[in-house]
Amino acid sequence: MAEKEFDTGGFDFSEVEKRLGVTRRTFLTFCAGVAGSLGLSTNSAMAMAKAIAQPKKRPPVIWLHGQECTGPSESLLRSEQPSLEHLILDMISLDYHQTLDAGAGHKVEEIKKKSMEENKGKYLLVVEGAIPVADGGIYCKIAGETMVDLTKEAAEHAAAIVAFGSCAAWGGVQSAAPNPTGAKGTQAVLPGKPVVNIPGCPPNPANFLGTVLYFVTFGKLPPLDEQNRPKWAYGRLIHENCYRRPHFDAGRFATEFGDEGHKKGYCLYKLGCKGPETYNNCPSLEFNNVGGGVWPIGVGHPCFGCSEQGVGFNKPLFSLADVKTHTPPNAFPEIDDRSDASGASTGAVALASAAAGAVAGATLVTARKLNSSDDGSNSDDQNG
Amino acid sequence: MKRRDFLKNSLRAGAGVLAGAVVAPDDAEARPNLEPKEGAVGMLYDSTLCVGCKACVAMCKEVNGMPPVTISEIDAWDEARDLSGDTLNVIKIYKDGAGKTKDAEVNGFAFEKRSCMHCVDPGCVSVCPVTALTQHPITGIVSYNADACIGCRNCMVGCPYNVPQFQYDKTFGQINKCQMCNQKGVERIDNGMMTGCAEACPTGATLFGTRDALLAEAKRRMELKPGETYNYPRGDVSKPDSYHEKTVPAYKQHIWGEKEAGGTNVMHISSISFDKLGMPPLEERSAASVAEGVQHSLYNYLALPAVALAGLSFVVKRNADKAKDQKGERS
Repeated sequence: MAEKEFDTGGFDFSEVEKRLGVTRRTFLTFCAGVAGSLGLSTNSAMAMAKAIAQPKKRPPVIWLHGQECTGPSESLLRSEQPSLEHLILDMISLDYHQTLDAGAGHKVEEIKKKSMEENKGKYLLVVEGAIPVADGGIYCKIAGETMVDLTKEAAEHAAAIVAFGSCAAWGGVQSAAPNPTGAKGTQAVLPGKPVVNIPGCPPNPANFLGTVLYFVTFGKLPPLDEQNRPKWAYGRLIHENCYRRPHFDAGRFATEFGDEGHKKGYCLYKLGCKGPETYNNCPSLEFNNVGGGVWPIGVGHPCFGCSEQGVGFNKPLFSLADVKTHTPPNAFPEIDDRSDASGASTGAVALASAAAGAVAGATLVTARKLNSSDDGSNSDDQNG
Repeated sequence: MKRRDFLKNSLRAGAGVLAGAVVAPDDAEARPNLEPKEGAVGMLYDSTLCVGCKACVAMCKEVNGMPPVTISEIDAWDEARDLSGDTLNVIKIYKDGAGKTKDAEVNGFAFEKRSCMHCVDPGCVSVCPVTALTQHPITGIVSYNADACIGCRNCMVGCPYNVPQFQYDKTFGQINKCQMCNQKGVERIDNGMMTGCAEACPTGATLFGTRDALLAEAKRRMELKPGETYNYPRGDVSKPDSYHEKTVPAYKQHIWGEKEAGGTNVMHISSISFDKLGMPPLEERSAASVAEGVQHSLYNYLALPAVALAGLSFVVKRNADKAKDQKGERS
């Protein structure tokens, strides 16, 4: 990619090159990529690059873990973007993260309390994992305090709250019936607080990164849908952008694993694909920048609906999805629609005209003959 | 013969024919509805299972070798709005208000399939003057023979569901209608296969089978309680390709085609009342059974036309004789 494309406005990136250990070119390409996936212009990419390059703008982040497998953090760390972990750690000031913190025990807890106190109203709270509320929330404790209390305490003065992963967004696997611990999503325990949901199991790190970069750059959150998911990432059903969609429309389905249709890459709907009821950007971003069609549907397995509340972990894996694309208005004829009989073809018109002409001609001839025969009979009569 | 006399006599002859018709119904005992054929095959369309993927529409065109119907400039995909000379099967939508909830009458939407219902007592077969439309004695499939058809399009009027469609855009058009993928050159049923639409359907919304088995399945679904799960079969009801589990919707307690106008071999069930899904108001008595009583006895052994012809001939002969006499007097 040519550097000329970026109008850096004479901004000096040498600091950031040294700090992150990446070349200026790699850094700008990364920012442009993120801006591109958000649907933003190259100007925004520059704004993003500058925001990251100025360390004083880095917002402090408090990262809480609840009931979960640390999948979201793991997927974020394994993101294959160049030096992504450096960028993550350098564009934000990760003050507290139970998995990544070098320190441990009371020391770390102290740092967290201190950071929250110092950065009141400025820090970003990231919640990862569900929050159990049954029996006073005793099923998940950190440093002797319940997850419910910790979340409420951290949310009190947070500038923004991000629920990262399906567990944090709506409860995830442990919220499925019978849910003995009363696991809930972040929004459910923080009524009235705006929580940005980045669901997925694990969520796509790009969806998190893009949202956080947007926040860092513009100081506000990107547009959200009614479930508080960023629209740029969760605005469309997987079914809408799926490259197996033409097979769905043509009625070509894989009916079992390994059959002819499955080998030919037919639609996986009949095998229980939840793409038609799951909002996510997997078809366009795939997963973890591995490339080569690496995401469930890409490798021939039906979508599990991991990011959709009430679908993943709730519906049986191979039961059929409710197709949500076809909510009206859509290209369906209405009950009363009559097909417009297309105009008669020229051939038919010619044929009809010819027939009409023949009848008219025949009538004329017959009439003449009748007349003449009448005359004839008359003359006969006269003769007789 | 004077014009005045001709008209007078014509009217008289007409009155004679009418009188004959009035007398005729005495012996024209209207026949009862035809009974379903013993080996009747059909389909069951469950609107609540339909997801509107139109796989059946695409498959139908493929099996029957029909071109896509395009309305817009884009010639890329099928846009058929209704049955036509080039479309034997179409999925339509019912929608009300916001149209948000599937299978809800108010502020909801639902899908409905339009294709030949394969009536047990088919009107099209009854009205066809040249037996171009026939009902198979075993399977009950209503099929069409283009070679016999004279293009009168009586069948289009005789069908309560508006199914037979004429190819108006062809120079030598013919009638087209679903023949259950069993017409000459396709013959899927004869070869032990199912209809194309039932095979393509991913949810089992279109289910193939014998009428008896399908009716039993439909009745079973009527008995289910909304909210419980049911293992829905796909493909052929007697030997399903696979099943899928789904929550039972609130079915309307009505199997369309069980009794309507003598019943149909293609039956529909739904959670929306059928008048909203565009089904015509039909009594249990088939139109064919009523009309045939009158029509067929009128033309029985061609007796009445023969009588009418004899009457007309008599009138003509009498007038001719009269004219001769007058001429004789004149000369």
